[in-house]
Order: sequence, then C-alpha cells, then structure tokens
Amino acid sequence: MADTRSRWQPRWRQVLLWGMGLALVLALPSLVSPFRLNLLGRYLSLAIVALGIDLIWGYTGLLSLGQGIFFALGGYGAAMHLQLNCHSCSRAAGGLPEFFGLYGVQQLPWFWEPFHSPWFTLVAIWLVPAVVAGLLGFLVFRNRIKGVYFSILTQAALLVFFNFFNGQQKLINGTNGLKTDLTRLLGLMVGSDTMQRYLFWLTALLALFTWLLCRRLVRGRFGHALLAIRDDEARLRCLGYNPTPFKTMVFALAGGLAGISGALYTVQSGIVSPQFMAAPFSIEMVIWVAVGGRGTLWGAMAGALAINMAKSLVSEAWPQTWLFIQGGLFLLVVTTLQGGVVGWFQEGGPRRLLARLGWRARLSTYPALELETGQEGED
Amino acid sequence: MPTPGPPLLELAGVSVSFDGFLALKNLNLQLASGELRAVIGPNGAGKTTFLDVITGKVRPQAGDVRFRGRSLLGRNEHQIARLGVGRKFQSPRVFEQLSVQENLALAVSETKTPMGLLRRPLTNTQRQRIHHLLEVINLAPRARHRAGSLSHGQKQWLEIGMLVVQAPQLLLVDEPVAGLSDAETERTADLLRSLAGDHTVLVIEHDMEFIRRLQTRVTVLHQGQVLCEGSMDRVQTDPRVVEVYLGAGQEQP
Repeated sequence: MADTRSRWQPRWRQVLLWGMGLALVLALPSLVSPFRLNLLGRYLSLAIVALGIDLIWGYTGLLSLGQGIFFALGGYGAAMHLQLNCHSCSRAAGGLPEFFGLYGVQQLPWFWEPFHSPWFTLVAIWLVPAVVAGLLGFLVFRNRIKGVYFSILTQAALLVFFNFFNGQQKLINGTNGLKTDLTRLLGLMVGSDTMQRYLFWLTALLALFTWLLCRRLVRGRFGHALLAIRDDEARLRCLGYNPTPFKTMVFALAGGLAGISGALYTVQSGIVSPQFMAAPFSIEMVIWVAVGGRGTLWGAMAGALAINMAKSLVSEAWPQTWLFIQGGLFLLVVTTLQGGVVGWFQEGGPRRLLARLGWRARLSTYPALELETGQEGED
Repeated sequence: MPTPGPPLLELAGVSVSFDGFLALKNLNLQLASGELRAVIGPNGAGKTTFLDVITGKVRPQAGDVRFRGRSLLGRNEHQIARLGVGRKFQSPRVFEQLSVQENLALAVSETKTPMGLLRRPLTNTQRQRIHHLLEVINLAPRARHRAGSLSHGQKQWLEIGMLVVQAPQLLLVDEPVAGLSDAETERTADLLRSLAGDHTVLVIEHDMEFIRRLQTRVTVLHQGQVLCEGSMDRVQTDPRVVEVYLGAGQEQP
C-alpha cells in the first residue's frame, strides 16, 4: 500500500516537464509562422498513426504495410462531411459537392447521406476504419496467417483499396481526391490560419490522449499478453489464451487510430486523395516507428515527428537527397540500431558509444545490480 | 496400483504420420487421476509428438484422445488448456521480455480474454499464489527481473512455476531437469512428487536418476508405440527395453 501513496506524490521533474510541454504547445502558434505550424500539426497527426503501428508491430509483432487504408478512410470521412457542408462550392452543382457536376451526377450517392451529420462523421472517422481493420484482421488471424505473409497480405489489401478509390470518379472524385481547405467548419474557413491554429491544438490534445490510451493498454496484463503473442504465440496458447481476439482487437484499434490520424491530416493538408493509400506512404509509416524505436511509445511518436520534420527541412534545402537519407536511416536501423533511437538510449547505447570513444565508464558490480531490483520493470 | 473409475487421460489407437513417417503407431495409454507417470524412450520414440497430440498441436490421423471422458480431437490448443491441461516445454519457453512476476501473472490469470485482462486486476488470492510460488521456485529476489536475464536452470523453474500457478488438472512436463544441477534435479523431483495426488502429472525425461527418484510407474515408448510399462526396476530389467534403450546406459556405473 506504500506503493499507492508514493504514486500520488507529485514528482516535480515530471510536473515541470509536462508544464513546459503544455506551454510550448500553447505558445507555438505565436512562435512560428502559420506555414510551419500547419506542418507541425500534420506531423503530430502522423504520430497518432505511428502509435497504432507501434501497438500492432512493436508490441504484438504484426507488421502491417497497409495502414494507409485506414488512414485514408478516416480522411475521406472528414472530407465528405466538409464537402457536404460547403454551401458556396456546392451551389453550382445543385446542392451537391462541386465535383459531382463534372461527371453529371445528379443524385448524392447513398453512402454520402449520413455524412451530413457532424456527429455521425465524428464517429465514422474512427469506427469505419476500425471495423474494416477488425474484419480483415479476424479473417487473417483466425487462419493463423502471420509474419511476412501477414505483411504481404496487408500490402496487397492496400493496393486493392488504392486502385478501387482511384477508379471511383463518380463516387468520390477518383484520383483527384476531395479538397477541404475551402470548406467551412463552425463558421470558419478550414484552410484559414485561425482554424489551422485550433486544429493544431486539437491534434496535440488527441495525440496526448492516444499516447495515454496506448500507455494504459501496454502496461497491464493486456500489454504483457501482446508481448507474449509477439515473442511466443504457441506458448501463450498453452496457457489457455486465444491470440486471435487479442490480435483482432489491437489491429482494429490501430485501424481506428489511423482513421483519426488521417482525418486530422486531411483537414490540415487541405485534401484527401487515393495517394494516402500509395504503397510508399504506408511503408514510410513503418520506417518512422522503426527509426524512433518500436516497442516504445515515445519512440513511435518521436520517430514520426522527427523524420517528417527532417524530411521537410532537407527537401527544402536539397530537394533530391531525402530519399537517400530515408533509405540510409532504414538501413541503419535494420543493421545496427534494431531498437531504434529510443531503444538505443534505453539499452545504454550512449554509454557504450562513449566507452568506444575512449571514455572509461564505471562498471556496476554484481551486488549493486541486485540492489536495483526496485527500479527494473517499471517501464 | 489400482485405478478406480474412468481414467483422466486416455489415448486409444492414436496414429500420427508426418509425410509417411509414422511418429506414433496405434498408441494406447491410460492415466489415472492423481497419478504420477514417467515416460521414457530413445530419441525419435515419439515422446514430444505424444504431448503435441494431447495439447492439440498435432491432429492424429487415427485414434482418439479423451480427457475427463471428453474427446480432445478437434479442439484448439487454448481450449484444451482451459479444460485443464498444462504443458511445460522441452527447452524452457518463458516470455523473456516480461519479468518473472509478469510471466507468472499471465499463467495464473483465470480470465484469458482481452477485455477480461483490461477490466479485472489480479485478485489477492492470485497475488498470494504468485508470491508463494516465487518462494517455492526460489525466484523471489528476482521477481522483477526480466525472465530473459535468468539462467537456464532458473528458466526451467520459472516455467514449472507457470505450470503450477496455471493450476491444470493434468501437467505435462517435458524434460524438466535438462541442464539443472544435481541439487536442483532432486528438488524438481520432490516438487513433482508433491504435486501428484492433487494433480495428475506426466513427466518425459532422459535422466534415469531423476526417473528413479520419482518412484513411480514408467512407460517406455519406442518407435511410436508403448514398449512396456511398470516400475523402474521392472522396466530396467526388461530385455526389450535393455535392447532398445537402456543398453547404452548400462555402461555407466
């Protein structure tokens, strides 16, 4: 019971850290240009899809190369609602979103109808991708498809969705996608600086919630069961656990998070298009998590933020070089930093590096290690 | 040894073939409730396949496996485990990234569904069982260490501990003393003997001294069939057994 008391005592370092983080997020809109703020907001939303990938890959060992499906589904949900509510752009097409006029569509397709409602949209953004992921996952996991076969299957599913969405001009404007920046939400133009500032804060808040949710899931016995599935599924079966519902649930959850992420990304980038389901993008998502550190929640978030920021900065200065750098990063992680950057820090990487450079690190003796028992297993 | 009532576990005419190779040939075996049984046999005798059939990993081509009167055929591994069959694997298989305590907590848990694990914390009784077992398997000081940092022997003990807190009626124990010191081997034998009675225990082992120490009925498997059954002394003097298996062992003092 002494445990619970110490947990509620304020830990000043943490309070300070959180305070600084909060102040930074609140102040950022006045510190950086609207252009940079918009980029930051987008990358923060990508951190949410990265957290989902970390749950299924880093913790459960299922490498999905098809998260773009769920990301795009969320994005389309948000964009459809905004298009329907865009009175200025739909007036020309007789109450329908403008693009329908190009293809001579007079009647709103049935699946657009419920997106008139903002509440339906708010739910559909995460529920539709979660259900799609759950169904796909259930069929795959029930048949004990795993490892590289699972990855290939998700990639194939991604291509199917990509081609399907590309071909549906009359339903969702095909390759052109749906634009959102000139639509209105709560009386504000979605592409306006004011709206973008709110969206940045909303994204930061949702990223924080997602992180808290994932942390809660990962820390208890549920999270331990996920690790057990990753490391030795057959053994866990013999303890009486059926891995299928665990995997299905986590995959659906990651799908839902990808949907939220995609919706936030769409409203901040101003457009959703089938390009969200292009194969390279889904693979990049995995690279963010791998470089940041799979199996650590911070690693996934930091990876998504840092790599995307680096991408935009590098691409501005030397447009041709980014793909080489990204490939190099991936090689580095595959060959030497298997735990990613955060994993490297956790495993005492900096100390080893210093030791290699000639710094003599003091070794802990064996009894000292024994005394440290209380600190291990905290994270 | 009288066997009152129906057997807890019964294998009747079980045959398993892998691409034409018959790993088990018309195997018949019965295990009474509360019994401690040792199974020995030379390499390739089908000992591990035999366990795989009981736990549902391998489906036999012929025959039936009945546990508490119910057929286990067509059930998944986790369903069989929930019926009360626990298994310790040949090389210790523990979850290395989890701590010793967390390994035991997964095994002791009665709810095995995602929502169950999220909603229901461990009960006090379950916690006490874990603490008690940590003492029994001598890992209390290392409870919060990663299982991956344990020595081979400690992993063996941890896996036996997981099996015990899982509280199955039937414990299938595959080579529990491989790589253990003599003292640890003795303690393992004592532990398994103390478990028999409340539980039914089936032990597969190569270590003859260990089997002798179990002081129990021995089944000898050879080429997927039961060669003979009886006490260690009887089995060891059986000429067929000497020929296929113990012949090599006789050279040792």
